Amino acid sequence: MSAKSSQKIAMAFIWGSGVITVLILFLIIGYVLARGVPALGWDFLFTAPKGGLSGEGGISTAIVSTIYIVILTIAMLIVPGIGAAIYLSEYAKDNWLTRIIRYGVDTLAGVPSIVFGLFGFVLFVTALHFSFSLLAGALTMVCLLLPTLIRTSEEAIKAVPRSHREGALALGATKWQAIWRVVLPSALPGIVTGIILCIGRIVGETACLYVTIGGSAAMPTSLLSGGRTLSLHLFYLSMETNAFEKAMATAAVLIITILIINTIINWISYRFQARMRGGA
Amino acid sequence: MSRHFIDRNAKYLVLLCASASFIILAAIALFTLREGLPALQEVGWLKLIFGTEWRPSLDKFGILPMIVGSLAVTLGAMILAIPLGVGCAVLLAEVAPHRVRQFLRPAVEILVGIPSVVYGLVGMLLIVPLIREIGGTGYSIAAGALVLMAMVLPTIISISEDSIRAVPRRYKEGSLALGATHWQTIWHVLIPAARSGILAGVILGIGRAIGEAMAMIMVMGNAIQIPTSPLDPARSLAGGIAVEITYAGGLHQNALFAVGVVLFFLIMVINSFAMVVMRRRGERT
Amino acid sequence: MRLRTEQKLPALALVITLLLTALTLTGCSGGASNTITEAGSTTVQPVAEKLAEAYKAKNPDVAITIQGGGSSVGIKSCNDGTVDIGAASRELKSTEPNLIKHLIARDGIAIVTHPSNPVTGLTKEQVRGIFSGNITKWSQVGGQNKEIHVIAREEGSGTRTAFEEMIMGDALVKASTILLPSSGAIRTAVSSDPQAIGFISFGYIDTSVKALTINSVAATAHNASDGTYPLVRPLYFLTKTQPTGLVKEFIDFCLGTEGQSIVAEEGYIPGDQPSH
Repeated sequence: MSAKSSQKIAMAFIWGSGVITVLILFLIIGYVLARGVPALGWDFLFTAPKGGLSGEGGISTAIVSTIYIVILTIAMLIVPGIGAAIYLSEYAKDNWLTRIIRYGVDTLAGVPSIVFGLFGFVLFVTALHFSFSLLAGALTMVCLLLPTLIRTSEEAIKAVPRSHREGALALGATKWQAIWRVVLPSALPGIVTGIILCIGRIVGETACLYVTIGGSAAMPTSLLSGGRTLSLHLFYLSMETNAFEKAMATAAVLIITILIINTIINWISYRFQARMRGGA
Repeated sequence: MSRHFIDRNAKYLVLLCASASFIILAAIALFTLREGLPALQEVGWLKLIFGTEWRPSLDKFGILPMIVGSLAVTLGAMILAIPLGVGCAVLLAEVAPHRVRQFLRPAVEILVGIPSVVYGLVGMLLIVPLIREIGGTGYSIAAGALVLMAMVLPTIISISEDSIRAVPRRYKEGSLALGATHWQTIWHVLIPAARSGILAGVILGIGRAIGEAMAMIMVMGNAIQIPTSPLDPARSLAGGIAVEITYAGGLHQNALFAVGVVLFFLIMVINSFAMVVMRRRGERT
Repeated sequence: MRLRTEQKLPALALVITLLLTALTLTGCSGGASNTITEAGSTTVQPVAEKLAEAYKAKNPDVAITIQGGGSSVGIKSCNDGTVDIGAASRELKSTEPNLIKHLIARDGIAIVTHPSNPVTGLTKEQVRGIFSGNITKWSQVGGQNKEIHVIAREEGSGTRTAFEEMIMGDALVKASTILLPSSGAIRTAVSSDPQAIGFISFGYIDTSVKALTINSVAATAHNASDGTYPLVRPLYFLTKTQPTGLVKEFIDFCLGTEGQSIVAEEGYIPGDQPSH
């Protein structure tokens, strides 16, 4: 076979892969929206899910629980995550301690979410007596997402040009002052992107919340109430009822949320790069 | 508080934050092992890992069917996802014109963000009936592999694309200058040069595939047998934990934690292998 | 007033801390008095949710949390004191703690197939044969020459335990059975596969599946309550001690006429005994 003809075949395959990938995307999103959008409406969003086998009602409590979990998790995640990123990019020396820390971060990133769920179940739900609750779920999510936030924040901090730090130090700032007042603010868009990425993952997470947050469809009244996030509600609707239109509608809400989150991330990244290039 | 006081102590505060990951990792290993230990002792770890019967009501806890189920479904997903993923990555990095890229790249990013339950639901409603037309009940390894392929594809595409883009331009220019066609350059120069990055993406994909629980519960059938064909139903390790954990007590619960230990161990092995491979490749270039 | 850059982050941290404190405080106050917590059998869950809803309509200041987890979890949580009411869809085993049983309903287990399946009834022995793997083709029980696709609940489910006790006896459910985590999932699977057979709780029967007659007795609430249909099991609300206060009022509501009519509406059989 000549080089030209093998190139033709290869290109056909390459274009084919692209087409298949796009087809997969359209299939999933198209199917979800086609079956789900007709069931969407304001009352779907604002009514609570009624009990029963037919899955009537809406998703209001699931939306509230999801928002609660997001706020709780992010609030507890920010300090350890960004703190660790600061250490790794600004203070860490090339010694055994740093290697252990990096090993911890890298390995933790690969642990499956169901194992985090088991851990959360043993520690937060049972040993610490939080029972199936938003708090237990949020704490478990913090453990799950720590590596993600550390990695993205570290990248953002490392991207800040050395000149920024050196300038601050030359003006008499202590190392910490340089970090707190110069480096972090410059890295902020990248860090925020990381945080929003984590929000996306919280919204989509199912396995580890399944065993820590309980399955209650009621409106959560406190940190120690159980609840259902949108993803969990979708799972329960699919498995226990045959209200597939409602399940698809919930999926549609999820997908639209993810699309919005992606757009925000892209917009921030774009502006971040523009600022960096402009030398702001 | 003087700024020097803050400066001196800030270092320790952030060090504490940084150690959190390792501490959590150790805690997970410890707690999972502690909860799984009674089962390991009671059943014996050889019988646990290689036993072929999982019947909690009879106190029989053999994990082998789940190990085979996980491996089969992951292998199936990878066989499909790697060529498709690398092909699409090549498309994005080398072949596609800018307009196509502008459309395709966000499309891949959206696929990354879709929650696993949505993949599971679409799999349950679309793919399972399709496989049923071919044979069996539809709930099968094949269904699981197809759903996993869709979940893992975007990861492989993004990371492979970044790796191919990162190959220095002179490699490509040199090859073309020597008279190679575009495809020959891609196949013999660019992809090999990007090998370590592509491998990293593949391993990340494998990790995600083995760890996936909810979507697999919805499409694999959760049968406790060792599958003999892609049309057979089976159970994955992660799915097996999730489907019984809320119901289990006593030794059954301990056994599920032991499954968690096996899963954890499997992922650690895969990840360590990845880190070693990447470090060696890094040293070479 | 615009904050300087270095004031913004601590201000944000302060706001978040205040938010969290507020949330926790509402938790501490709202937790104790007006809540009833229930957990356990997923078979009981839908009817418990309906009962809770009806009760809340009459008593709006009471919060009732209904969760799943399975009969074993219901029994354990009730015994541990983690929840006020545990729900179980089977009898308590001798190894399990002696909790107080309130029979809120009885539930039949129906053997279901796809509506297009020509088979309309089976004997208990035939069902046992199918689920244990001795009978593999529909033609062996009067149907078409096709493979039987067997679907069951996962181990630990109260519904499955009841099914095993009443039908399987010593025989084991075959290893290649599809296991799904709820009656709803089984119903979905059976309704889309003409070769499938599964078991679901009566409350889940609808037009998408066909309930077979067992030993020539139809799967109706009437036959279940007079004992002619062989697959019936109790649905219990369990409490650790004799219920008082809010919990007692709720359980009395469930056992009363309004509660029992809700039970019947959902497709279950009213429990016909007072709590003991």
